[in-house]
Amino acid sequence: MNIKLLTTSIIAGSVLALSASTAFAGAAEDKGLAIVQEAKIRDEGWGDTTSSMIMVLRNKNGQESVREIRSKGLEIANDGDKSLTIFDRPRDVKGTAFLSFSHTSGADDQWLYLPALKRVKRISSRNKSGPFMGSEFAFEDLSSFEIEKYHYKFLKEEACSIGTCFVVEQYPTDKNSGYTKRIVWIDKAEYRTLKTVFYDRKDSLLKTLTTEEYQQYKGKFWRPSSMKMVNHQSMKSTDLSFSQYKFGNGLSASDFNKNTLKRAR
Amino acid sequence: MKNIAWIAIGSGLLMQPALADELFFEATGKLSTEVTLYADDGQFANQDYRTNLSFSAEPEFYWAWNDQQDNLTFTPFFRKDQRDSERTHADIRELSWSHLNDNWELRTGFRKVFWGVTEFQNIVDVINQKDTVEGLDKEHKLGQPMVNLSLVKDWGIVDFYVLPGFREQTSAGLDGRLRAGLVVDDDTTTYEASNNDRHIDLAARWGHSFDVYDIGAHWYKGTDRTPQYNANSHNGENVLSAHYQQIEQVGLDVQATIDSWLWKGELIYQDNPIEGFWASQLGVEYTFYGIQDLATDLGVLIEYGKDQRGTNANSVMQNDIGIGARFDLNDTQSTALLAGVIYDLDYDTTSFSVGGDRRIGADWKASIEARAFSTGNSNDPAAIFVKDDYVKLTLDRYF
Repeated sequence: MNIKLLTTSIIAGSVLALSASTAFAGAAEDKGLAIVQEAKIRDEGWGDTTSSMIMVLRNKNGQESVREIRSKGLEIANDGDKSLTIFDRPRDVKGTAFLSFSHTSGADDQWLYLPALKRVKRISSRNKSGPFMGSEFAFEDLSSFEIEKYHYKFLKEEACSIGTCFVVEQYPTDKNSGYTKRIVWIDKAEYRTLKTVFYDRKDSLLKTLTTEEYQQYKGKFWRPSSMKMVNHQSMKSTDLSFSQYKFGNGLSASDFNKNTLKRAR
Repeated sequence: MKNIAWIAIGSGLLMQPALADELFFEATGKLSTEVTLYADDGQFANQDYRTNLSFSAEPEFYWAWNDQQDNLTFTPFFRKDQRDSERTHADIRELSWSHLNDNWELRTGFRKVFWGVTEFQNIVDVINQKDTVEGLDKEHKLGQPMVNLSLVKDWGIVDFYVLPGFREQTSAGLDGRLRAGLVVDDDTTTYEASNNDRHIDLAARWGHSFDVYDIGAHWYKGTDRTPQYNANSHNGENVLSAHYQQIEQVGLDVQATIDSWLWKGELIYQDNPIEGFWASQLGVEYTFYGIQDLATDLGVLIEYGKDQRGTNANSVMQNDIGIGARFDLNDTQSTALLAGVIYDLDYDTTSFSVGGDRRIGADWKASIEARAFSTGNSNDPAAIFVKDDYVKLTLDRYF
């Protein structure tokens, strides 16, 4: 086992050293994919969730700005998830709500509700790399994770904050992504993502995301209570803290349509 | 007039047991201060001023009970205007009870409804009367009494509306700007319907989303929200009188959302006592995301409005091209900048607008809006605004 892993690492290392940009899907690629598939499989069957989130934005001088958001999510078999996001703070956007049907292939369907006008607008989901509510999180950082969104390569195993981690490179398949690659640290025991490092379109180090305080729900599903994103270029940061995770709320597709979007609050 | 809506709200409340386990209550709101600076004195009598100050308040009270299956929303609106006594007004934007079920909702009371997809005007948006003294953008509406049943089906969402009671369009008074030479006199309003503003209007709409398309189709029969204005004499004064006719209308709104492109169209056919006519508003919007490696998005759009009645139409864009641009900085303060121009092909005239807004701290927002009217053609209805170029500064405080 160890020998096999070592071999894989060596192969991965030499592939890196040669900086082979061929389409050749070697052992490192297969292993990277397998790790992410396993993580995805372990999280299957969550059904539906509701949660609350507080976002604290900090500029390089440490000035803070707060957003409060609630969301509902529904797992859809053989396709991307459905989600409804409700904005509570800042107060000028209170009542604004966002409905998203993500898809494993093709563009996601997204609608925005503007409460002052009582207007539902279908919006383009093309905007992957833009900041979410002025934060250091891009839309693509917060959208539902689908295997098809990346190509993978296993790099190595190394010690991390909770045991040993797989280190996997992920290359976005969507040309509209703001990244050339992400490097993720996934813990070997429970397949939780602990750290993600983002490289911008020029392949320069852009951001580091630390995902902490995991709690297990329904004896199976791990969810973080804290995510910290630091932008190394702008020196700005955004902290996300999650609370009130609830599974098994009995949500169905009928909770995710334009009528529920209009009365979300 | 409004009795039906009141009774419906009342009976709805009574039907709900007072012992519903948990009553959720929330109060929010907005206070606004607005300063308008005009480039010139107005062209009509009583318009010899260049500044105006105005305040408004719009609280919102919300109750939910019965495990969130029932809710009541109350949103009154108040404005105090320094100059214009007609702009000083109050309205019930919303006083409505909603009962929710898995696949249907019943909404009863004063409400606002939006239909449409385009940006410069929404010819399919017929349910509410416009509160035109609030601004030229027609985004402000008076609450409409209604009973609205909404059904969610696999093949779309269907809404049925019974609309008892009619609200007259608001209009600037003698001391107001952005009005015609004659002032609208509410006492001289006439209706085609024999029961005047008590006519019960009916409407239905089907809306559906599939693939990249969002489609809506509607039918409306009742009092036209847009009045016909006639010069009249009342108590020895020359005034404008509004006449509200009965119309029947069908319409369609479609949006195709393809990558960064939004293709939009609204189409209506209206039958009224004078004539039957078609009107359309067609346009396309494209967004450049993250321009020049910044977080800023730039959206550009072009729309064309056509009304078969030509210059007899009482719509703003009877044969007009509108071009707009919007910058969203996507910063912490949600700064946005807007610019638009409408060119009238019949009258060869142009109106410009620029604006922007930005959040300040957590609970404040500042906005600026400027409009200029360039019309060398006195036949253009917009010629009444030719001395009304303005800059409006608004400061909102949210609670």
